This record gives sequence, structure tokens and C-alpha cells, in this order.
Amino acid sequence: MGRYVLRRLLQMIPVFVGATLLIFLMVNVMGDPIAGLCGERQCDPATAAQLRRDFGLDQPVWQQYLTYMGNVFTGDFGTAFNGQPVTELMATAFPVTIRLTVVAILFEIVIGITLGVLTGLRRGRPVDTTVLILTLVVISVPTFVTGLLLQLLLGVEWGWIKPSVSPAADFGELIVPGLVLASVSLAYVTRLTRTTLAENRRSDYVRTAIAKGLPRRRVVGRHLLRNSLIPVVTFIGADIGALMGGAIVTERIFNIHGVGYQLYQGILRQNTQTVVGFVTVLVLVFLVANLLVDLLYAVLDPRIRYA
Amino acid sequence: MRRAGRARWAVCAAAVLTATACGSGAGAPGGAGVLTASWGDPQNPLEPANTNEVQGGKVLDMIFRGLKRYDPRTGKAENMLAERIDTADSQNFTVTVKDGWRFSNGEKITAKSFVDAWNYGASLRNNQKNAYFFGYIDGYDKVHPDTGTQSADTLSGLKATGPRTFTVRLSQKFSTFPDTLGYPAFAPLPTAFFTHHAAWLSKPVGNGPYAIQSYTKGSAMDLRRWNAYPGPDKARNDGVTLLVYTDSNTAYTDVLAGNLDLVDDVPATQLKNVRTDLDGRYINTPAGIIQTLAFPYYDAKWNTAGARKVRTGLSMAINRAQITETIFRRTRTPATDWTSPVLGTAGGFQAGLCGAACTYDPATARKLVQEGGGIPGGQVKITYNADTGSHKQWVDAVCNSINNALGNDTACVGNPIGTFADFRNQISQHRMQGPFRAGWQMDYPLIQNFLQPLYYTNASSNDGTWSNPQFDRLVDRANAETDQPAAVRLFQQAEGVVRDNMAAIPLWYQNGSAGYSARLSHVTLNPFSVPVYDEIKVG
Repeated sequence: MGRYVLRRLLQMIPVFVGATLLIFLMVNVMGDPIAGLCGERQCDPATAAQLRRDFGLDQPVWQQYLTYMGNVFTGDFGTAFNGQPVTELMATAFPVTIRLTVVAILFEIVIGITLGVLTGLRRGRPVDTTVLILTLVVISVPTFVTGLLLQLLLGVEWGWIKPSVSPAADFGELIVPGLVLASVSLAYVTRLTRTTLAENRRSDYVRTAIAKGLPRRRVVGRHLLRNSLIPVVTFIGADIGALMGGAIVTERIFNIHGVGYQLYQGILRQNTQTVVGFVTVLVLVFLVANLLVDLLYAVLDPRIRYA
Repeated sequence: MRRAGRARWAVCAAAVLTATACGSGAGAPGGAGVLTASWGDPQNPLEPANTNEVQGGKVLDMIFRGLKRYDPRTGKAENMLAERIDTADSQNFTVTVKDGWRFSNGEKITAKSFVDAWNYGASLRNNQKNAYFFGYIDGYDKVHPDTGTQSADTLSGLKATGPRTFTVRLSQKFSTFPDTLGYPAFAPLPTAFFTHHAAWLSKPVGNGPYAIQSYTKGSAMDLRRWNAYPGPDKARNDGVTLLVYTDSNTAYTDVLAGNLDLVDDVPATQLKNVRTDLDGRYINTPAGIIQTLAFPYYDAKWNTAGARKVRTGLSMAINRAQITETIFRRTRTPATDWTSPVLGTAGGFQAGLCGAACTYDPATARKLVQEGGGIPGGQVKITYNADTGSHKQWVDAVCNSINNALGNDTACVGNPIGTFADFRNQISQHRMQGPFRAGWQMDYPLIQNFLQPLYYTNASSNDGTWSNPQFDRLVDRANAETDQPAAVRLFQQAEGVVRDNMAAIPLWYQNGSAGYSARLSHVTLNPFSVPVYDEIKVG
């Protein structure tokens, strides 16, 4: 087990270096960002040259990358154009996005799995058909439509919620945005749980458990669900990274100042430091989440052993 | 604060479950007399000489007052901190600062507050993006050389001669120089700005009607009325809370729901129903912004006598009235000169100066383009940045109009560029192959500001490198002219040169627009399309 984790951690190093290099190059290809800082006029050459020097933009790209990576390992992620250190931006943005992701994941787990179990055990019944149709609708409607629609209905027409999230972004304010963010994945989780559950219901060990005379609750909860959750856990684990990085649309609609907002602004202003910094952390989150998912397999299915 | 937040979460969560109201209604976080307003994250650090966009400008307008202030209604420069500004020759000025003004931290404002601030703004080592505003002051080339390091720390043309007086010596005659002093870059700065710079930046201190109570970078700023403000334009509300919105659509929705009091940028998609949505709480007033199409004169194809005819032809092929009506819903008006209506006729605005060249006339347009030898390169490519505004919509509409007028489906196409930074970058590297979007928001309401920076040889915003000795001579003469009406006349003659050569195609004058909640009254926009916050009444 320990050795397995170590090996996985070592594998992260090339992935990390490759991902940061790619992002670094991509942002660099977009061109010189200084020209965008002076509005509809030419930056005066002296100030522009000095800004370039200050941000290290006058050096060749490979040297910029090496300097950047050297700084990252000492915890210095550089400075955004408005003079704020990128670490400061992260300290404000990540807690918000983590809260939003937690809300979304909770929705996926609670609603998604519950609906999945419900329909998986009642295949072909009206409940099953209704949920199937509903999930199909949710999957086929783009997130920004769901988001804008809920915002207009709940926020303006009925006045149940505020249409936007305040800078504090408490859990309570994030319920609706979290639901919007989770909606598509939630539908997938439902369908995934339903299918695997229905499949495993016919397997030998379940028949044995029923034949032993175990109560239904124990058959479903202990034998059936535990085995059926493995693909679902994989899906949700991979979704953590996707939700954190992919919240740009939802964050924009509800005016949440999280990772998506900072990335969007960083890209618009071609701020390499911001974009690379945030993406680097997202890559790390993705890698760690994947590792945790793999470790969870062993917990769910004792037959799986890591060496 | 955190604790209070949790408690509200519990209440709101219960409310969501039981489907009762939570959160909507008059949601003012700061108190009864405080209004909430939409804001954008300032691009640069909030220093007066480093802020060149409207979002940072909003804050500076609330927390700073300079020697002059532009009247929010007429745009006329009027003395604020200046008791008098005297000159005998339009080149040497003596400024007397009014007595009794202080910064909100209690420090007295003296001549030194100005001299130090201007020296800071001009100095190359401080990376101030508006440094060129001090370019007329003698000694600027020493503290801010184009290349190399600076050989002086202070402007030689700037001297404090007494506690309340200082002298300014310019490097050339510039009669309207005093009228430019309302620009935020010329604001005075307290000692704390220089001694505790980082602390000042995280909570700027100024001398305006508002003082900053708290500032969370990237998300919100709380401004409160400064009760000891000595000026005549005291705030008529208790304060303003600026909230950063990524998307003006969300801000607009928030105003509809009563969750925000003021949105000062009504998104183009909402213009259709804004009047009914907000029940008349919508303003749409002219601002000092003009949109034009500039041309690359560094490209020999566009710099011929024939190309002049083609440019005029293209101008006549654009149906400005239709585009401003259907796409902008009258938040922009067809341009008939190269300035802005906010200048007023006395200030140099002259409706109809462009004449027939700006009137839609497809037949003449086709004739002129033919006479001029056809479109250089066979196709007009209008370059624009696609990341902000509704540029794509109007560029496509302009192209449609040109294509229809010329009877050629491929005469004009849009050429979008992903980000504003890249757009500016390609412009500064002279990589434009055809006309490109050029928007100009005035720095101060003078006709000089609409002409010299854009069309004077090698001027800072002369992106197409247009050059005309006759124009340059007229501008020089106008700047040296001490008589205001005579100077304006000379500038208008120079504008005539721009017209005769169709140096840039004027498209439309842009309005400022804003929507507000029922709690507010007396909402107006100044000529810079910024809300006049101090005049707004709450409740």
C-alpha cells in the first residue's frame, strides 16, 4: 500500500511539469500582455519596457518558465497585473470554489445515489421511467440555460433567493449555484448507479444473500450497493477536479468570485502568472483526487489489493 | 462575521426547503442610507496616475478632488481646490491652492501635496501608466526618457513657491492646460502614499466626499460619506458599496430583484426591455465617447490619393442610423463629426461637420470606391477584439451595410481577435491590414483631447500613424492661442483637415446608460459615463 502510494506520487511529477509547461506555453502564444494595460493608446515605450522587465517578460520563454518554476517551489506564484500576489488571489478564490464544489458533490451523492438506488430497484416501474426522462432532460440542457432559468425564476420572479452570491459566499447562498453546477453530473450519477445496481442484482452473491434469508435492507446496503458504488466513486472522484475547474459558467452567472472568475480574468488580461498558478493547483487537485479514488476501491471491495 | 454568515445559511436553507422568501427585497448590506452599485475589478493598482480605465476611475472620482473638477452636467472645468491659476504667456502658470482643505486622514493639503504627487506620477521608476499626462511640463524628458534611465527625480518645471502656491513651466505653449487639471492623474496625494505605500494601496486615502471604509480586492469596496469634507459637493447619501460583477447581465438581474441599487452598464441584450423592466428607472445620456474606424497608414496601399476616396466611399456605405437603432437601441447616435456632443457647441462640437461623407448614400459610395481604384487588397477586413462589448454584432452589421451598398457579398468581413491585449499588441506592432476598431473615451472635455492624441503626428493614440503637416500646424497654433473661442475655431479647422482626408471613419457617439432600484432618486451620469454618486439620494 505505502509503496503504491509512493509510486503514484512519483508519477505525479512528470504530469505536473508537463501540464504547467503546456499551460505556460499556451498563455505565452497569446502574445505580449503589456499592450492591453494602457487602454486605447500606445503604452509609452519606457514604461512598457520597464513593466516587461519587472514581470520578466523580456527574457526568452524557457528562461521565464524556469524562473517561474523555481519560484513556485519556494511558494511564490508571482504577481498579477493589479499588483496582488497570485497566492493572495488563490487564498480568496479557492475557499469559495471548494465550498461550491462541496455543495455540488453533496448533491451528487445524496440525490444522485438515492435516485439511482430507487430506480435501480424498481426497473421499468413508473418511478424509473419518470427519473430516466428527467435525467435525460437535465443532461441535454446546457448548464448556462439551467443556471439563467433558475436565477430568473427563483431570484427575480419568486424572490426565494438572491440572484447573485455576495462576496462572502456562504454555504447557504451556494445551494442553488451548487445544484446548477452538479445538475449534469447528478443525472449521470443517477443513471450509473441505476445501471450497475440493476446488473448486480442478478449476480450470484446477491442471490446467495437473499437465499440466506438476510433482511432486504442488509442485502441492498451491505452487498449490493457496496459493490455497485465502485464505478460511481470513480466518476465522482474525477468530477471533483472537473467541477473546480469547470465552474467558470456557473460562477459567471451567479457572480461567484472563485477559481473560474480568476481564470477568466487571467485569460482575458493574458496574465501568465495567474493562469498558470491556478491551473497548476487544479492539476494537483485532480491528481490527488484520482489517487484517493483509487485508494477508496480497496475500501469498497476487499478483493482489490495494492502492492 | 463568519458566525453571522453561518446563522444566515441556516435560515436560508430552511427557507429554501419551506419555499418562503429569503434574501430578496431591499438588500442593502451597509445600512439604510447606503447604496450598492455595480463595479468591475480595476486593472491596475489604484494610484491616480496609474488608473486609465473607468472602473478604477469611479473610485478616484469619489475619493479625490483635484485643482479643477468637470461639472457633472456641463462638463465645464471649474475650480475645486484651485483658488486661481494665473498665466501671462500660456506657458508659465502660477497655481494657488485654496485654504482649509484636508485629506480624510487629517493631513493639510498644501502646494507640496500636488508637487510631490505630480513628480511621482511622472517618474519612470514608478511605472505609472498615465505618466504622459505630465509630458507638457518642462523636464519631463529627464524624469521619463523614452529609453535608458532617468537623469532626474523631479520635474524641473514644477516648484512649490509657498505653502499654498506652486509654479508650473511647460515646455511649449498650451493655453487650455488649466482645464486638463481635472483629470484624476493630477490629484494631490497625502504623505502616507509615499511613506506607507503598500498600506495606502490596500486602503487608499484621498480628499473627496467619500472615504474608503474597507476594500476587499477583486470583490467589493465600502465607501462612506466623509462628514468633514470641506467641498461644496458633499455626499447626499451615507455611502456607496461597490460590488464587483463579472457579467453585467448578473448585475442587471440583481437590480430587477432589488438585490442591487445601481447598474451603470446595461447589457446590450437587455436594452430591448429595459424601459418596461425598470419602469422608467433607466437613464441614457451622452458621454464623451466616440467610436471610429481607423486605418493603417503604414500600409502603402491605404496611403494613396485613391484610398482617400475609398475611405470616404466606405464611410458613405455605412448605414449608421439603422445600426444604432437596431443593435444599440439608441444608446449610440450616428456621428457627424470627430468629437462628442458633450463638448457643447462652445467647446467645439459641431454637428454635421462631416457632411455628406457621413451620410448613407450607397450609389455615391459605390462610385467613390470605384474611382479610388477599388478596395485595397480586394477586401475590407475590420479588425476588432471579441472579448468585450458587443463589437462582433456591430462590425458584422457595418460589413453587411458595406456589402449591400457595394453590391458585393465579400467586400467586407470582420476579423476578430481573442483578447484586448492581443488586439492592442497587434496594433502597436503595426500588423493591421485594413480598418480597425478605435474607441476613444475623452480624458477631459476639451476638443483638443479628441484631436491631438488621435491624429497628431506620432501622438500616443495615433495607432494608424496618420500624419498631416497642415493638421499639425493648426493644432500647434490652437494650443498657443490664449483666446478660448479662437482656439476652438482653429481646432475645428484642424478637424476639417481630418474630414477632407477621412483620416478615420466616425461611426457613432456612445451614451452612458444606467438602471437603478426604486430606492434611489437623482441618479445621473457625468460626461465620462460614471454615475454622479454624491448626488444620489437613497430612500
